[in-house]
Amino acid sequence: MADNAVVADGDVDLSRRKFLTRATIATGAVGAAFVAVPFIESWAPSERARAQGAPTELDLSKLDAGQMATTVWRKSPIYVVRRTADMVARIAGHDGELKDPNSEKSEQPAYAKNPIRARSDEYLVLVGTCTHLGCLPKQRFSAGELYPSWPGGFFCPCHGSRFDLAGRVFEGSPASLNLRVPPYSYPKPHTLLIGVDEKGAA
Amino acid sequence: MSVKNASGAPATLPSTKGATPSPLWAWINKRLPVDQFIQDQLIGYYAPKNFNIWYFFGSIALVVLALQLLTGIFLTMFYKVGETTSFDSVEYIMREVNYGWLIRYLHSTGASAFFIVVYLHMFRAFLYGSYRKPRELLWLFGMAVYLALMAEAFMGYVLPWGNMSFWGAQVIVNLFGTIPGIGPGLVEWIRGDYGIADATLNRFFALHVVALPLGLLLLVVLHLVALRTTGSNNPDGIEIKEKLGPDGKPLDGIPFHPYYTVKDVVGIGIFFVLLAIVVFFVPTLGGLFLESPNFEVANPLSTPEHIAPVWYFTPFYAILRAVPDQRWGALLMLLAVVSFLFVPWLDRSPVKSMRYRGPLSRIALALFALSFVALGYLGLQPAEGLYVVLARIFAAIYFAFFWLMPFYSKFDPVKPVPERVVYHAH
Repeated sequence: MADNAVVADGDVDLSRRKFLTRATIATGAVGAAFVAVPFIESWAPSERARAQGAPTELDLSKLDAGQMATTVWRKSPIYVVRRTADMVARIAGHDGELKDPNSEKSEQPAYAKNPIRARSDEYLVLVGTCTHLGCLPKQRFSAGELYPSWPGGFFCPCHGSRFDLAGRVFEGSPASLNLRVPPYSYPKPHTLLIGVDEKGAA
Repeated sequence: MSVKNASGAPATLPSTKGATPSPLWAWINKRLPVDQFIQDQLIGYYAPKNFNIWYFFGSIALVVLALQLLTGIFLTMFYKVGETTSFDSVEYIMREVNYGWLIRYLHSTGASAFFIVVYLHMFRAFLYGSYRKPRELLWLFGMAVYLALMAEAFMGYVLPWGNMSFWGAQVIVNLFGTIPGIGPGLVEWIRGDYGIADATLNRFFALHVVALPLGLLLLVVLHLVALRTTGSNNPDGIEIKEKLGPDGKPLDGIPFHPYYTVKDVVGIGIFFVLLAIVVFFVPTLGGLFLESPNFEVANPLSTPEHIAPVWYFTPFYAILRAVPDQRWGALLMLLAVVSFLFVPWLDRSPVKSMRYRGPLSRIALALFALSFVALGYLGLQPAEGLYVVLARIFAAIYFAFFWLMPFYSKFDPVKPVPERVVYHAH
C-alpha cells in the first residue's frame, strides 16, 4: 500500500474530518426528527375518535325550570340547567368574589362571554368537567346550601372548587377558570345542539 | 480474561467450581467471562464492613423489581386490555384463573412495597449523605429510577379500569393541561381522544408492560454501574478507598460476596414474610393499597365522592391541592419531586453522615420526614378546612428542607469524623 492511498504525507485533515462528522450527525438528526413524526402523530385522536366527537342533540321540552340535564359530548359530560328567574337573580351581586367575573381568561364562545354566560337567561350550557383537574362538579343550586352567603351553583368534591349559577369560579378555589361553555345552538325550538353554532361544527 | 483464567484457578480468582474447573466450565469461560464477572462484581467488590439495617433496601428493591416482572408477565397472560374488557378480565383473574388472585395481589402489594422500600432507601441516603460527591450521578440515576417507577405505578393503576383508575387518570393527565399554550393540545395528544378513553387505556398498557419496564431495567443497570464505580457509602460517611491495606484492598471493606449476599438473604426473607402477611390477610390494606371505588367499573359520568391517589403519591397530591391556583399547584407539585435532584449540590455540610452533623441538620431531616408523612396523610383526606391549612404548613416545611439546606447545612456545627469506620465485631 502506498502512502498516498489515503492522504499524501500521511497527514489527516482533522478540520475536514470534524466538519464531515458534524454534517453527518446533523443530517442524521434531521432524518430522525422526520421519522419521529408518524410515531408522535399516531397518538393524536384517530379518525374514529374524531367521528365519534360529532355534535350531540338534546330535547329540552322535558326539562323543568330549576332542573339540570346531563348529556355527553366528546366524552365530556354537558350540564344543561334551565334557570328560574330567581336563579338568574342570584348570579348578580358577587362579582367581587369571583376570579374571572367577565370571563376574560375563560373559554367560551363569544355569545356566552357575558355575566350569565349563555345565549339566554333561561338555559345554561356548560362542559361539566372542573377546569381544575377534570372532576365533575356537583349541583348545589339552593342559596345557602354550602354556607350562609352561598348564592347557589356548583361544587367540585375533588378539590373544593366552587362556581356560581353561571359557572363562574369563586376566589379561594383551586380552579382558576370558569367552567367551559361548549359551542351550541338551537336548530329548532326546544332542541339544543351541542358542538355546532353559527361558525359551524367545533 | 485469558487462558490463565480457564486453565485453572489463580490465587486471586477463586473458581466457583473448585480447584480444577470442569472442561465445560473452562470452555464457557473462554467465550463468556462468567468467572471474571463474579470475581470483579461480587467477590472482588469490597463494600464497607459497617453496613447496618438501612443497607438492606437496595437489594430488596431489586428483588421487588424481579417479583413485579414475574407477576406482571403472568398477569399479561390473562388480562385483556380495552374499555369493555379490562375490568372484566381483572375480575376473571381474581375469581376464575387458578391462583390468579395470588398473582394479582402479589403484583398490587408489590407496587406499594416497591415504594416503601424505595422511600426507606432514599431516607438512608439523606441519613448518611450517600448522594454527596463522588456519588452525585449515582443519586441522579436513582432519582430517574424513582421517576420511572412513579410513571409505571400510575399507568399500572389505570389498567384495571375501575372508577378510581379512570378518575385518577383524568386528574393526572389534566395536570399537563396547566402548561401555558400547549397544555390543552398536549392533553388531547396524551389521551388520544376527547376524554380518557379506550385509546388512553391501550397506550398506557403498552407503556406499562413494555416501554417503562425496559427503561426501568436500563436505569437500574446504570445505577448499579455507577455504584460499582464509586463504591458504597456507609453509616460513617468515610471513603473506605482512602485507607488501603498492603494487598491494595480497603482496610474497612469486605467482599460483597459472600458477606453481604448472605446478609441480604436474611433481609429479603424478612421482607417476604411481611409481604405475605399483607398479601394473604389484608391485600387492600384498608383502601391504602387498593381503593374501594376501583372495585366498580370506570364511569365517565360519576366522579367518586373523594378522589385520592394511592398512598405513595399522596404527599405530592397534598401539595397540589394546598395551592388555590391550578397552574401554581401543578408547578409546586413538580418542584416537590424535582427538588430531590438538586440535593447533592444543596448540601454544603463538611461531613456526610448525620452521625457527625450538628442539631440543625438533624432537626431539618426529622422535620422533613415528618412533613412527608403528614402530607401523605393529608393527601388522603378531603381538601377542606383544617386539612388544607395543615397541608400548607407542611408543604412549607417540605420545601424549606431542600431550599434552606445550603444555609443550615453550612453553619451547622459538626463533630470530628474518625479516620476509620466505627465497627464493633459481634
